[in-house]
Amino acid sequence: MGLGRYLVHRLLLVIPTLFGVTLITFALTYLLPGNPALVKAGPLATPEYLAEMERKMGLDQPVHVQYWRYLRGLLRGDLGESATTGRPVLEDFFQRIPATLELTLASLLIAAAIGIPLGVLSAVYRDTPVDHLSRLAGVAGVAMPTFWTGLLLLFVFFYLLGVAPPPLGRLSPDVSPPGRITGLYVVDALLTGNRRAVVSSLYQLMLPAATLGFAVMAPLTRMVRATMLEILESDFIKAAWAAGIPPSRIIYGDALRNALIPVITLLGVIFGFLMAGNVVVEMVFAWPGIGNYAVTSLMSKDSGPIQSFVLFVAVVYVLVNLVVDVVYGLVDPRIRLR
Amino acid sequence: MRETSAMAEAVVLRRERARRARLLWRRLTKDRLSLAAGGAIVAIMLAALAAPWLAPYDPDATSASDALQRVSLRHWMGTDVYGRDLLSRVIHAARVDLLVALTATAVALTWGAFLGAVAGYRGGWMDQLVMRLVDTIMAFPAFILTMGITATLGNSTLNVVVAIAITHVPIYARLLRGEMLKAREMEYAEAARTVGNRPARIVFFHLLPNCVPPLIVQATLAMGFAILTVAALSFIGLGIQPPQSEWGYMTAEGAGYIVSGEWWLFLFPGVAIMVTVLAFNLIGDALRDVLDPRMRGVR
Repeated sequence: MGLGRYLVHRLLLVIPTLFGVTLITFALTYLLPGNPALVKAGPLATPEYLAEMERKMGLDQPVHVQYWRYLRGLLRGDLGESATTGRPVLEDFFQRIPATLELTLASLLIAAAIGIPLGVLSAVYRDTPVDHLSRLAGVAGVAMPTFWTGLLLLFVFFYLLGVAPPPLGRLSPDVSPPGRITGLYVVDALLTGNRRAVVSSLYQLMLPAATLGFAVMAPLTRMVRATMLEILESDFIKAAWAAGIPPSRIIYGDALRNALIPVITLLGVIFGFLMAGNVVVEMVFAWPGIGNYAVTSLMSKDSGPIQSFVLFVAVVYVLVNLVVDVVYGLVDPRIRLR
Repeated sequence: MRETSAMAEAVVLRRERARRARLLWRRLTKDRLSLAAGGAIVAIMLAALAAPWLAPYDPDATSASDALQRVSLRHWMGTDVYGRDLLSRVIHAARVDLLVALTATAVALTWGAFLGAVAGYRGGWMDQLVMRLVDTIMAFPAFILTMGITATLGNSTLNVVVAIAITHVPIYARLLRGEMLKAREMEYAEAARTVGNRPARIVFFHLLPNCVPPLIVQATLAMGFAILTVAALSFIGLGIQPPQSEWGYMTAEGAGYIVSGEWWLFLFPGVAIMVTVLAFNLIGDALRDVLDPRMRGVR
């Protein structure tokens, strides 16, 4: 299969996947429990009023007609309304996405900055204390519940040591947010030269990003270690050793570059981890992102925004996986032959 | 000729199983880490089973005079704001967490294995149907879908089981489909067909037993995930409802006391989650090394 055909094939695959995703979220929204009209009309509604409500909401139509309406609504960007904020869910999402994005990017940065070198060291110094320590961190990282890691960090760095701020969102209350350019406070504060906001936003970001970063680091380190071990054993690396190329150039040049290619495939998995982690981390640190929004809706028994959140995350997840596959197809010609 | 080679194959497979069992036993008894993990799982399960006898206090007994006591000889993990003994609550909570995770894993394994086996052996439209279903479930990040399903179905222990089981079905379905694709081409499968066995019998009595080891590996690793999911769900207020004690919910209750320094309330339930998940993961890794050597070092 040529590159062009591979890309087209992969792009077309998105359509049935998204179709399946909307089918499931449709089922969650409309078909499963109770009667949405009853919820809207209230428990004291007369049967006539209830029937009227059902007709208004299209619930008396056959299922495929309802699904079609649902799809058309989605294409117009209609994700329903939030009973908590009284605004369209999509608007609420857009308002909160920058916070989630900032947290996600910061934690990815932390995970990559520590996880990748750790994986390399672990492979190069196999079965030494460095390796044991990094594997222990990996095993613990997978076993520790993310919300608990966050609380632990909060306890140590906020309560005991007093070096971290209280978990109260993106900025300390006495600092006003920087002018909105990208929506990421750290970036916007830097662009507008607002030093107070830079310091405050980084300070607030520190613990939640570390929590999430730690959770994501484990699979990353494990993957880098495994592929590095394999590559260090391969013929072209042995040839490089024999040719007398300096070790640091072999390890960080040739070997690492090749070891990072399979790591690309892991990004989809990592994104899934991040979204799950976001929900609880945002809750622990009162981070005003979309995960926190979903939890708040949960608490007020407002299930519409939750189902929209599930749909939204799934669509982004499908797109992330698409990008991962495309990038992987571009950098590794072997994948196209399959 | 055909028949003898099929018989020889069956004998080899049986020997292979015996060899694996010996290897497993040796690995688990020699390797101290795996031994500790296995011991931890047995201990936690026993503690959960014997909770009413083992717990020093009634987990729900409140006492105003004992409220928010620090860790002491009387209360090894301290007490909460109602004076309830935390150790007793953690032990009782093990029942809920383990039961939910075990049931969800068992349900997912049964359905996943069944669907995967049928898809892999039959092929054709059945395979297409099952695999599209699996792909669709996997198009969601697992925890997010579990959250959505539980939020929709409503808060109950059963609904958490259902939600986790649904998101875990793909693990086993994909695994067994792959195994079946290989197994159905083997000579002993051919032999079983030749002597006139019905397909269902071939799949479930002849082929399935040889797919059990990788299933066990996956199920053990999935147990860790299931426990983390239960805990995270109840941490955000979904699923298991008070007054039932559950580790994630207890951690959430304790979170509010960090600022006032009552650290034991969030710490110990979290430790219980971590130790349990860690034990399942370590045993899963050990089992994989022995039962499914191809997967070594992959995850």
